[in-house]
Amino acid sequence: MATSAAPATATAAAPVAPISLRELAPWALFSGILLLVLLYFIGVEQGATALFEGENIHEWLHDGRHLLGFPCH
Amino acid sequence: MNTISPRALLVRGMLAGLLAGVAAFLVAYLLGESKVDAAIALEEAAAAGHDHGHEAAPVSRALQATAGLGTGVLLYAVALGGIAALVYAFALGRVGRFSARATAAFVALGGFVTVTLVPFLKYPANPPAVGDPETATRRTVLYLLMIALGLLLAAGAGILGRRLAPRLGAWNASWAAAGAFVVSVGLAYAFLPAVDEVPADFPATLIWQFRLVSLAIQTTLWAVFGLAFGTLAERALVPAAAPKEAVQPTS
Repeated sequence: MATSAAPATATAAAPVAPISLRELAPWALFSGILLLVLLYFIGVEQGATALFEGENIHEWLHDGRHLLGFPCH
Repeated sequence: MNTISPRALLVRGMLAGLLAGVAAFLVAYLLGESKVDAAIALEEAAAAGHDHGHEAAPVSRALQATAGLGTGVLLYAVALGGIAALVYAFALGRVGRFSARATAAFVALGGFVTVTLVPFLKYPANPPAVGDPETATRRTVLYLLMIALGLLLAAGAGILGRRLAPRLGAWNASWAAAGAFVVSVGLAYAFLPAVDEVPADFPATLIWQFRLVSLAIQTTLWAVFGLAFGTLAERALVPAAAPKEAVQPTS
């Protein structure tokens, strides 16, 4: 990232300080993983793989999975 | 220079995601459900007498089409909103010299292209009655792989663009990076196996309409997210600095 050079033709926009990676990393890891687990339950659980028995999660989310584009049965 | 915490962005991203989810749900409910119903009617007509997954359904169609659909679309949008906000927290101030709002539009466009468009063009959405249950795992893996590849190739194109910018200038470097992205995605399309499990007698118009609706839902989701999140992020960034300068002009 340090090698990046701002192009000379940059327009004058409101300057925004980048968030340091040290500050961002715990948020990205913790919430990122939680949100990916949530996406797994929305899109995949009781489809390709299953952590819980039965078909209730799959059936409840059935229409959403089809319309959002997840492969479904 | 303005600063903002990752937490503030994450909360705003998930809020904007919720709003985007409401809009996407309306599109899905008003335009999509009739297509799902039409496909299920075909499925049941074809499977009359056979033992099939939809016979003893534990969730009624009325619930699937309302509360079930709402749960799926809203949670999906909130989760993607949160993840997009984390990407935004990284991109802010690092991707060129864009404003807070322009960066949000950029991240939303990137999300639409990588998470929606790239997998859609290779493994498009399918209505019920299309797709062999036996191959569900394979299709899911390929779909998720296509999303992961899209994200990786987009990140690679971004790095390439930054490397080329000092030599070619921002404009030419951006187009070179975009071109590299399109070509590499095309190569991935060429090498990944095709999936075509549409039954021979399935109406072509129905599958076309279903896929269009699916694309409309996703387009709505990302467009509303980009606009809402950009507004929220800018309001969080700009007023935070303005009153401070007014109160303590010497700091």
